[in-house]
Amino acid sequence: MFSPDSDGRRKLLMDRSAPGRVGTTMPPLDVPEQALPPADMLRADLDMPEVSEAELVRYFSQISQFNFSIDHNFYPLGSCTMKYNPKLNDEMAGLPGMAEIHPRQPAPTVQGALKLMHELQGLLAEITGMAGASLAPMAGAEGELTGMLMIRAYHLARGDTKRTAALIPDSAHGTNPASAAMAGYDVVTLPTDANGNTDLDALRAAVGDDIAGFMLTQPSTLGLFDTNITEVIRIVHDAGGLLYGDGANLNALLGRVKPGDLGFDVVHSNLHKTFTQPHGGGGPGAGAVMVNDRLLPFLPSPVVERRTDADGNESYDLASPPQTIGKMGAFHGNFGALVRAYSYIRTLGDSGVNAVSEDAVVNANYVLSQLKDLYDLPYDRTCMHEVVFSARNLKRDYGVSALDVAKRLIDYGVHPPTMYFPLIVEEALMIEPTETESRETLDQFIGVMRRIAQEARDNPALLRDAPHDTPNTRLDEAAAARRPNLRWRPQ
Amino acid sequence: MSSPSDRRYIKDHDWVQVEDDGAATFGITDYAQDSLGDVVFVELPEPGSQVSQSESFGEIESVKAVSELVAPLSGTVTERNEAVLDAPELVNDSPYADGWLLKVELADPAELDNLMSAEEYDSFLASGS
Amino acid sequence: MDSAGFTSPYTPNTDDDRRKMLDAIGVDSIDDLFLDIPAERRNPALDLPPPASELELRREIEAMANRNLTPGEYACFLGAGSYRHFVPAVVRQIASRSEFMTSYTPYQPEVAQGTLQAHYEFQSLVCQLTGMEVANAGMYDGSTALAEAALMAARVTRRNRIAVFETVSPYLRDVIETYTEAPGLETNPARAGVGEHGPAVTTSSPEDGTGLPPDTACLVVQQPNFYGYFEDMAPLSKAARDAGALLVVSVDPLSLAMFRPPADFDADIVVAEGQALGVAPTFGGPYVGFFACKQKYLRQMPGRIVGKTQDTRGRAGYVLTMQTREQHIRREKATSNICTSVGLIALMSTVYMASQGKRGLRHVAELCYHKAHYAASLIERIPGYSIADRVAPSSREQIFFREFVVECPGPPSEINERLLEYGIIGGLDVSGGYAAQNGMLVCCTEVNSREEIEALASALAEIGRDYVQP
Repeated sequence: MFSPDSDGRRKLLMDRSAPGRVGTTMPPLDVPEQALPPADMLRADLDMPEVSEAELVRYFSQISQFNFSIDHNFYPLGSCTMKYNPKLNDEMAGLPGMAEIHPRQPAPTVQGALKLMHELQGLLAEITGMAGASLAPMAGAEGELTGMLMIRAYHLARGDTKRTAALIPDSAHGTNPASAAMAGYDVVTLPTDANGNTDLDALRAAVGDDIAGFMLTQPSTLGLFDTNITEVIRIVHDAGGLLYGDGANLNALLGRVKPGDLGFDVVHSNLHKTFTQPHGGGGPGAGAVMVNDRLLPFLPSPVVERRTDADGNESYDLASPPQTIGKMGAFHGNFGALVRAYSYIRTLGDSGVNAVSEDAVVNANYVLSQLKDLYDLPYDRTCMHEVVFSARNLKRDYGVSALDVAKRLIDYGVHPPTMYFPLIVEEALMIEPTETESRETLDQFIGVMRRIAQEARDNPALLRDAPHDTPNTRLDEAAAARRPNLRWRPQ
Repeated sequence: MSSPSDRRYIKDHDWVQVEDDGAATFGITDYAQDSLGDVVFVELPEPGSQVSQSESFGEIESVKAVSELVAPLSGTVTERNEAVLDAPELVNDSPYADGWLLKVELADPAELDNLMSAEEYDSFLASGS
Repeated sequence: MDSAGFTSPYTPNTDDDRRKMLDAIGVDSIDDLFLDIPAERRNPALDLPPPASELELRREIEAMANRNLTPGEYACFLGAGSYRHFVPAVVRQIASRSEFMTSYTPYQPEVAQGTLQAHYEFQSLVCQLTGMEVANAGMYDGSTALAEAALMAARVTRRNRIAVFETVSPYLRDVIETYTEAPGLETNPARAGVGEHGPAVTTSSPEDGTGLPPDTACLVVQQPNFYGYFEDMAPLSKAARDAGALLVVSVDPLSLAMFRPPADFDADIVVAEGQALGVAPTFGGPYVGFFACKQKYLRQMPGRIVGKTQDTRGRAGYVLTMQTREQHIRREKATSNICTSVGLIALMSTVYMASQGKRGLRHVAELCYHKAHYAASLIERIPGYSIADRVAPSSREQIFFREFVVECPGPPSEINERLLEYGIIGGLDVSGGYAAQNGMLVCCTEVNSREEIEALASALAEIGRDYVQP
């Protein structure tokens, strides 16, 4: 049987190109030809692929199969919330009345879109216990930047110019310090205590009139609900700082607690995590921000407002909050992701929202309970939506690292968990099953993890050389970084 | 393995070797290169630049980590190892010889007194730092 | 409200499953797993609508979609940063493959070669299109790509002043200001000897100015500019060079199939809104930003970068590389906080570029050019209307790509309202800004048929009669 070899599939578009082939056809010019600009303005030649449609489809279909994906594989990638992406949502975002509308159409011609955005603002504000929302940020990290810029604007509007630093726990995602820096803040790192909570003594010592706010992920990247939260928020507020809630792990809290009720001033939500925008091989995302009353005037532009005329007719329009921090993008946010999030939240409804957090937390604790005898558990507590193990025992006893365990999982058809993060856990393996996985899937996964622990003892080389059956074995990342080859060039 | 005894060390895992004429050579220790893993990029100051004891004089990167290079002594850069800029793996392969980083004309030889000997550095490593 | 009795297609575990799992965990109830949450805040009232079935929800969202006037059913002449182009079926088909759509960021290269190879193709085609040496795997959109380019220029030059040429889109300028103000950069409008040309919307060289201040990090230019017209790049490039500043250009990627790229004028950083190449307008997003620069600035580039390497058996493969620039390693010292490359949209533009290919891209660009100029030729003959560039002094300044400014006899907002009665969504109202007093920015692409263009002209003529005295 004919089977294209690996190299054949790896051939790039430009190397598949043959002069004269086309991938699509376009209509001829149907208006009188106009005078062209002077030749010195025109481009003489542009080298682009010339491939047939069939070749294009076969090429991309073949390389697509090199990927693991949610639709094909269990994907317990901690902190990334790789839950199933409902198909309905994609179809709704693809409706011509959603996909084809232009962002500069006058408001009266896009009332459906604006209504959807307005409702979504309300749903997200209700879920997070906040006073208002803006859907403008186009990714979680941009939501973080948005939140920190609002905190900055809040202090400056009060004439408080001394606050030049932001507090961030040592367990935080790298986006937190990077976002704070982009908002002009110095970063002060706070330690985590022995139970995995914010170290209160360190916090008390760090707060002051130079601290603009505290960026806290709740539950933390350790998968733990910070039980010091009430005290943490009181300390920061008493010192005049604001609380930024990184909503990366909001999936664990849905319906169980509202960040606004806890005292957070602003929280962002990664709509691609909690609210099922497909991850797309690394985007698009969306990073809606929700705020309490005191930050409401500073929301980024636009927000959608509902107006009711004298006859009771409702209409919607884009608006700019009075002291807005400005625009986070040229348009109104990643609308396609907003349609999906709206569709998802409406499917769940009040009772379904709770089912998400409940099953996410039950699933993670089930995995914890079935693997803690074989993998070290640095913080032996009830976890939330994810559990962080350490492979340090395997490394010590058999010379097998977290990386080796993760790569061996690939041989069993499971996507690796997040590794070496959070940074404060040695040989970390961060496992987030999500609520969309069944007990049977978890049992299979647990079985595989137990078998790998056994293999680590019996045949560690099997792990160190893993994966064995992928299009590529382990790749030389050092060579890639030392002599960057970042684009196709003619042979 | 013990560190070479013909040079001195700092806690940031850099070494310095001083010749009789006051010319000094900087590099990173074997422990440092091993902790970093495969070195992929080194950033070094131009000749003529000033470096100050205990302050950063450049960066060294592996695939997934970045470290500051800390000057063991103050002085003026006379030469940088161009071979390392082109082939950073030299730092892994030969941290004490071909993988040297800077040649520096010392500003104050008295600063040498602040540094660790090879024995002191080895016991510093053994103490788990 | 708890989830008792709720069945969702997305949460497979039954009450029986949960019971068994709780037993294995060693707790009595699900509530026992949430005890870390302060009791007084736990299980709040949640005011959400009840669950909707797929059928009910589909009807509701379709009804919302039907409340929007959809371009295609209406003729539409809006552009201004988001463009309607025909997207071949193959683009959507490939991008909706679940292997691409439902995979994560390719941190595990052995199980993400499809995504990584597609990213490498994207970087390659962006380099070829822009004529630049290196490109990243994608930014959120064109506006944030431009803002990040300004930040990058400040890092490269260690200077704090961003000069934004005044024909840059106000929408782009807004985003530059949001991104650059907090880190302490100053944005200044750069003028270039304009204004004395009356309502002209093109610009000439900065020869009658005093040049850029010497502490300028970069000169930001949009090509073609917000109003659709081409800037004379050579003197702008020289002005940047004379000040020791970088030349940052936001370019319309489709125009590059026909017009010389900014790389020919020594641009240092070139960014683009990639939406025009294969992505539906979608009310403004998700889009993808192209980001390309000279090789020597590679280590200051924000965003994800894919590189080619070998595996342990010597086979070629791809990995994320140069990661020490990024937030997950360098944290507050990273080149940016960005943690996405908008991979799926980048894939769509990659497939689009490959599908149109060398000849198709040029053809689409020429269709746009000829249709826009045809539309302008019809409109300028209508009493009361004029085309703004016709008053500009130099011939080069009359050149636009697929957008141009119509000086209307009355407020464009009113005219646009009337156009809706003809089934036409008119151009963007740009009156009061840099352009003419009653300026309307009209965009034509290959999806605007001759009939639509002529219908626009005749509708404008009819509407214009109410403003123009016979």
